[in-house]
Amino acid sequence: MTDASVPPAVSIRNVSKSFGKGIYTVPVLDDVSLNIDRREFFTLLGPSGCGKTTLLRLIAGFETANAGTIAIEGQDVTAAPPFHRPVNTVFQSYALFPHLTVEQNVAFALVEQGLAREAIRTRVGEALEMVRMGAFARRRPAELSGGQQQRVALARALAPRPRVLLLDEPLSALDLKLRKEMQLELKQLQAEAGITFLFVTHDQEEALTLSDRVAVMQAGKILQMGPPREIYERPTHRFVADFIGDINLLEGEALPGGGVRLGPGAVVPLTCATPGKVTIAIRPERARLATVGEGTLDATVIHSAYLGTAMLHKLGLPDGSTFLLRQSESSGPPPETGSRVGLTLPGEAIRVLLQ
Amino acid sequence: MNPRRFPFTREISLAVMAYLYVPVVVLIAYSFNANRTATIWTHASVSWYGRILENPSIQAAAWNSLVLAVCAATAATLLALLAALSTRRDFLGRGAAETVLNMPLILPEIVVAVATLLLFVALGVHLGLTAMMAAHTAFCIPFAYLPIRARLDGMSGTYEEAAQDLYASRFRTFRRVTMPMLWPGVMAGFTLAFVTSLDDFLTSFFLSGPGTTTLPVYIFSAIRSGISPEINAISAVMLVVSVLLVALSFFLGRLRR
Repeated sequence: MTDASVPPAVSIRNVSKSFGKGIYTVPVLDDVSLNIDRREFFTLLGPSGCGKTTLLRLIAGFETANAGTIAIEGQDVTAAPPFHRPVNTVFQSYALFPHLTVEQNVAFALVEQGLAREAIRTRVGEALEMVRMGAFARRRPAELSGGQQQRVALARALAPRPRVLLLDEPLSALDLKLRKEMQLELKQLQAEAGITFLFVTHDQEEALTLSDRVAVMQAGKILQMGPPREIYERPTHRFVADFIGDINLLEGEALPGGGVRLGPGAVVPLTCATPGKVTIAIRPERARLATVGEGTLDATVIHSAYLGTAMLHKLGLPDGSTFLLRQSESSGPPPETGSRVGLTLPGEAIRVLLQ
Repeated sequence: MNPRRFPFTREISLAVMAYLYVPVVVLIAYSFNANRTATIWTHASVSWYGRILENPSIQAAAWNSLVLAVCAATAATLLALLAALSTRRDFLGRGAAETVLNMPLILPEIVVAVATLLLFVALGVHLGLTAMMAAHTAFCIPFAYLPIRARLDGMSGTYEEAAQDLYASRFRTFRRVTMPMLWPGVMAGFTLAFVTSLDDFLTSFFLSGPGTTTLPVYIFSAIRSGISPEINAISAVMLVVSVLLVALSFFLGRLRR
């Protein structure tokens, strides 16, 4: 996978960035390092204000890092202006030039690159065909719908064949249906163009659907980085677990002899590095119902919702907290609301989290 | 009756309109009066418009006004454009710089005109068209600055970032994105500055030398020897030109492309 002789598409080393001066300094990125492989679809995921957009802007060259280095395909660009970096950006607002037609927009970078007129025409045609906007070449951006503008912005950024395409929440302005369509198209485009994509989003579902790898960010740091399945199934931090999908978080105490005690008589077989208070996490679909007294814990069914292929039960635990459990249809009849049930937490489905 | 409307809105509006525009309407009406005495109506005629075309001093004054307005407005627009671009980012003293730029809007023109005259005399500057151009440029700057600034404020910096991202250097970005997007504001600013210069009397009156009368100054001196229908005709022409230009600048300023 990672070949030492080929430098990664993007290499970020110990980058820090803060805004403001003196006592008004606001740290935005704190010692961030990451490598993005060539042709990878890499996503920075996090809530607003976590620094993901700043990191993208640093790579594009719109901001300058206070510390650290940024290299694109082995070439140090830390101090290079945006127009000397082999990357292109799809902006959240698209930023299509309103005074130019669609084809003039797409040709913009090609003109700057000094391509011959014929070559420009061919490339513009190809780029517009790739996003199926060939019929709109002579229109102005103001005459296009949001989804069409989105496609033109993509074509404009792809036409100069950048090493890395940076996408800053490009789908956030679209309605849900169009967003789903564009997600598929983005994925296809990336495969066709064979270009590294760096995608920024706060939408965890979008991140999981599209990416080869995801980096979850919070407060200027990368908490966890890995393939979507790993992020979803094996979250390392409480924040990551909570941010992605539905999950149950339980407070417990790691025992010196092994095992985590969740309450009186409720011990799950887990080994923790250090004894003391821990938070454990388990997905609603990984917990199972059992007969009263035979599970890890006993619980009361507070409410059940029918989801089509499964039931979602909201259970009350002895300590007063609630627990979500997703019961597939094949696993027997659902318990009645108000009834007592047992709750089995399989050891292999439980994650012990860092704070 | 619409409860959200004040009573007599229409009546009051009409009264205000009359108050504002009756003098102008009377002036235009009498410019088509055939009678030599400007205040007695006989019958309609366009002969006074023909007369102003034949009068060499009016032609000279009109030419002076035009040259002055074009030069002053061009210089003022250039300076205003530079000022608007440099006050775009926040810096220490930005507020002060903007206040100084817009000062001519507040200062009493008579004071500035007299001060300019005294300065030019003290420096030994020859009074005439060149002196007027310098003075006109100065007070036209805010009129050019405000529309350009408004346009610039409404323009997101993302467009320039996008241009740089697409390999355009700072200069190329300015040429291919900033300037074209700013153009309607620049045109609006130029037009406003042009009209302001065209219309100016006080400064021109103080600084005009022999043979460099502008149209407003000519009208003023002509009117001292009695109101003639000719004056009505020139004034009507000036009015129409000014209104057309301001309308044009308004239209350009609102263009969104």
